[in-house]
Amino acid sequence: MQTDLTFSRPMRLLFLLPLLVVFAAFWLLPMGALLRISTGEHGGAYLALLHSPRYLQSLISTVLLSLAVTAVTIVLSLVAGLFLSRRAFPGRQLLIAALTLPLAFPGVVVGFMVIMLAGRQGVFSDLTQAITGTRSVFAYSMTGLFLGYLYFSIPRVVLTVMAAAEKLDASLEEAARSLGARDWEVLRDVTLPALAPALLATGAMCFATSMGAFGTAFTLATDIDVLPMVIYTEFTLNANMLTAAALSLVLGAVTWTVLSLAHTAGAQSAAPSA
Amino acid sequence: MKLDAIDITLQGCAKHYPNGHRALQPTDLSIGAGETLVLLGPSGCGKTTMLRLIAGLESPDAGGRILFGSDDVTRRSIEHRQVGMVFQNYALFPNMSVRQNIAYGLRIRKAPAAEIKRSVDELLALTRLTDFADRSIAQLSGGQRQRVALARALAPQPRVLLLDEPLTALDTQLREHVRGEMDRLLRQLGVTTVYVTHDQAEAMALGDRIVVMSAGRIEQIGAPREIYHRPANLAVARFIGTISQIDGDWTEQGLLCRGGLLPAPAGTPPLRQFWLRPEDAIVVPPELAHLRGTVAQAVFLGERTRLSIAGLSNEPVTVDITGRFAPVVGDAIGIQIRPEAWQANLTYAEAA
Amino acid sequence: MKKFLTALQLVITLLMVLFLVVPVLMSMLAGVTDNYAHGWRSGLTLRWVQQVWELYHGAIGLSILIALATLAITLVVGVPAGYALSRSRNRLARWLEGLMVLPVAIPGLASALALLVMYGSLTAFRTSAWFIVVGHVIFTLPFMVRSVTAICLGCDLKTLEEGAASLGATFWQRFTTVVLPNIRPGILAGALTVVTLSIGEFNLTWMLHTPTTQTLPVGLADAYASMRLEIGSAYTLIFFVMIVPLLTVLQSVSKPTGQQRGQRTNRMKQDQTA
Repeated sequence: MQTDLTFSRPMRLLFLLPLLVVFAAFWLLPMGALLRISTGEHGGAYLALLHSPRYLQSLISTVLLSLAVTAVTIVLSLVAGLFLSRRAFPGRQLLIAALTLPLAFPGVVVGFMVIMLAGRQGVFSDLTQAITGTRSVFAYSMTGLFLGYLYFSIPRVVLTVMAAAEKLDASLEEAARSLGARDWEVLRDVTLPALAPALLATGAMCFATSMGAFGTAFTLATDIDVLPMVIYTEFTLNANMLTAAALSLVLGAVTWTVLSLAHTAGAQSAAPSA
Repeated sequence: MKLDAIDITLQGCAKHYPNGHRALQPTDLSIGAGETLVLLGPSGCGKTTMLRLIAGLESPDAGGRILFGSDDVTRRSIEHRQVGMVFQNYALFPNMSVRQNIAYGLRIRKAPAAEIKRSVDELLALTRLTDFADRSIAQLSGGQRQRVALARALAPQPRVLLLDEPLTALDTQLREHVRGEMDRLLRQLGVTTVYVTHDQAEAMALGDRIVVMSAGRIEQIGAPREIYHRPANLAVARFIGTISQIDGDWTEQGLLCRGGLLPAPAGTPPLRQFWLRPEDAIVVPPELAHLRGTVAQAVFLGERTRLSIAGLSNEPVTVDITGRFAPVVGDAIGIQIRPEAWQANLTYAEAA
Repeated sequence: MKKFLTALQLVITLLMVLFLVVPVLMSMLAGVTDNYAHGWRSGLTLRWVQQVWELYHGAIGLSILIALATLAITLVVGVPAGYALSRSRNRLARWLEGLMVLPVAIPGLASALALLVMYGSLTAFRTSAWFIVVGHVIFTLPFMVRSVTAICLGCDLKTLEEGAASLGATFWQRFTTVVLPNIRPGILAGALTVVTLSIGEFNLTWMLHTPTTQTLPVGLADAYASMRLEIGSAYTLIFFVMIVPLLTVLQSVSKPTGQQRGQRTNRMKQDQTA
C-alpha cells in the first residue's frame, strides 16, 4: 500500500538490468533461435515426430518411467519423512544425514551408484550369486534407470516432507485426536491434506527432473530409449539438429506444463487456508 | 541534553494512491515548536500517512506543502530532512550492537569519533542503557529495544521527533511504565514531537494537543481535556472514552425519559438526547434519585465496577461506580447526573 | 498394531538409508582397493587415486575455475536482482521471477542446444571455458536470486532501510551498511548452492564442452565409460571429498530458522522478566 521512496523505480530497474541482459542474451534469444530452427521446413520436424513410432515410444516410456519414479519416491519419502520428523530417538540425526547425503550428487555419479548396486560387480550381483548361483545384473536397463532416479529424488522429497511436517501446526492433529479420530483418520483427514501443497510441488519437480535427466542414463547405457538419450543421439551421432531441437522443445514443453499445472493447483489448494 | 525546537506546517497536504484509495483528505496542520502533538485514530484513519508525509517516506499529492520552520522540505527526501523516527517494530539494525545502532546517524554524517562517543555515551545514560552498550539487538528485551530506538533517533539531534506507535509492541504493564519515562524525556528534551497512536490513554497522557482523525480527515484538534470534555462531535466523543445516549422528551423542567425526569440547569435550550460519560453519574438510593433503573450487568474491574443499567432509556446506559460497591444483576438502582455534564451536551447540540 | 506400524516405518527408513549409503561406501572402498573383484582382502592402495589425479587433474582444476567464475557472475548479477525483486511486488516482477526459473524447470539439454544454435559458430567463444560458464550461470542464477529475495523479505529490509534513511543515510550508504550485512547469510547460502551445482553440473556441460574444456563430471562420465571400476571409484572418491564439505556447510548455513526461533523465545522470556 505504501509507496517506496527509499528504493526508487529507476534504481530498481538498474539493479534488475544485469539479470535481464544475461537472461535475454544467453537463454531467451538462444531459445528463440532453437524454436526457429525446429519450426523450419514448415514444422516438418514436428510432423516427423508424430509419424515416428520410435520417438513416440521413447516419449511414452519416459513419461511412464517418470510417473513411476515420482509415485514410489513420494510414498517412501512420506513414510521416512514423517517418521523422522515426528520421533526423537538416538541416531535420528545420523539417519537424516544419511538420507540427505546424495543431495549434491550429479546424475553421472548417481548412475555409478546404481552400477555399484546392481552392475556386473555390484552388491546384488554378489548376493544373488551367493544365494541362487546366478548373477543378477539389472543396472544397464530401465530398471537401473528407475533405481537411479529414485536415488536422485529421495533426498529432495524427504527433505521437503520433513520441512512441511515440521511447519505443520501440531494442535491441528491434537484437535482431530481430541474429537475422536484414530491414527489413520488423523493421517487421512489432517496430515496429508496439510502436506498436499508441498507434496504436489516436490512431486512435480521430481517428475520434471526425471523427464530431463541425462547424466544417469548416459552413465548406465547409451541404448536406453528415454527422451534425453534420443535427443543426445540425434544431435551427436546423427547430426540431426532439426529433430534434436524439436524433441528438446517438446520435452521442455512437457516438463514446463507439469510444473506450472502443479504450481496453479498448489496456489489454489493453499488459498482457502491462507 | 536539549534540542532546538522548530514549528512544522502542513498546507493542503493530501495523499491518494494509484489504486484510487484516499489515505488523507487535503489537510492543514500547524505544530508548535517544542510541542508534543499526538495523532489519534483507528487504523486506516490516515494518521500514519500523515506521519510518513512529515518524515518524507511518502510525498503529498500535487499542491501540498510541508514546512519545517520557514524551510520548505516538500521535495526533500527523508535522508536530508533531519528527522528522528521511531518505528512501530523499532527497525533496529540486527547487524549492529546497541552502541553502533545509536551511533549510526552520526557515523553517516561523518562526525568525529570523539564527538560520536561523547554523544552516544550521553544518550546511553539518558535512556539507562549504559550497561547494554555492547549487546546485540537480539539479546534485548522489548522495553530495552524501544529505548535503543529512541536513543538512535535522538542522536543526530533531529529537528522533529516522529514516533509511530512506539509502545504498541510492548505488553500492557511495561507500556504504562515506558509511557511515563517517555513523557519525562520528551519534556526534558523540548523537541517538537509527532506521536501516532490508536490508544487514547497514551494520547491523553503524552499529548500537549491531540489530533483526532477518522477516514483521512481531522475531526478535532485540542488539548486532551478539551477533546474529552468538549468533543467537537459525537464521532470524537464515541472514539474517546465511553458514552451512552439517553433519549427523552423536552419539558419545562428538563428531559423526561423512561427512567424519570432529568432536571436541566436554567437556560438550557431544548434537547431530545442526553449524552452521558460513565463517570458523570452518581449512584444514589432509588427513592432519592432523578432516574431509576435496574442493573443489567455488573463488571468488576478492580478500582471500579462498570454497570450497565436498563430502564433509563431505550438502550442500556453505562455507569461507573467505585469497586467497593458490589451490586447484583436485577437490583433497583438510582442515579443523579453531575451538573458539569450538561456543558458537554450543549456542545453536541451546537454541533448537531 | 501401533508398535507394528512404527516398526514397519523404521524398517522402510533403514532400507532407504541402506539403498542410499551402501553404494557410496562400496565405491569409496573400491577406490582404494587393489582389485575390487577380489574384495578388500586384495589390499588397500592409493594407486588408483594417484592415477586419477594424473589423468584428470586438469578437469578437476577447470571445474573449480568454472565454479568460481560462475559464482562471481551470479553474485554481481543475482544479488542486486534478488534485492530489487524483493521490493517489487507487482506483476512484472512475479512474471520475471517465473521466467527466470525456466532454465531450471526445463531440461538442461534444451538450454544447451539453444546455446549451441545461437553461439556455436563463434568458434573462439564456443571452444573456451566461458561457453560452459555461461551455461552454468543461466542454470545457477535462479538459486542465487531466490536465496537473496527470500532473506530480503525475511528480515523486513524495507523498514530497516526506512530507519537508516531517517537517520540520514543515502541509498548507497544504506546498501552497504544495512542491506548487504543483513542479507549476508542468504548470499552465502546462494553462493554455496551455486558452487555445488556448478562443480557437479553435467547435463548442460556435456553438450557445451570440447576436448580441451573437460570438467570434473565430464571426466567422471569418461572414466565410468572407459576405465576400470577402481578408477571410476577413486575419481568418485575425490568428488565426494570436494563436494561433501560444501554440502555440510550449506546445510548448516541455510538452517538459521532454528537459531532465530531460539532467539525469539529467548527474547520473549526476557520480555517477561523485564
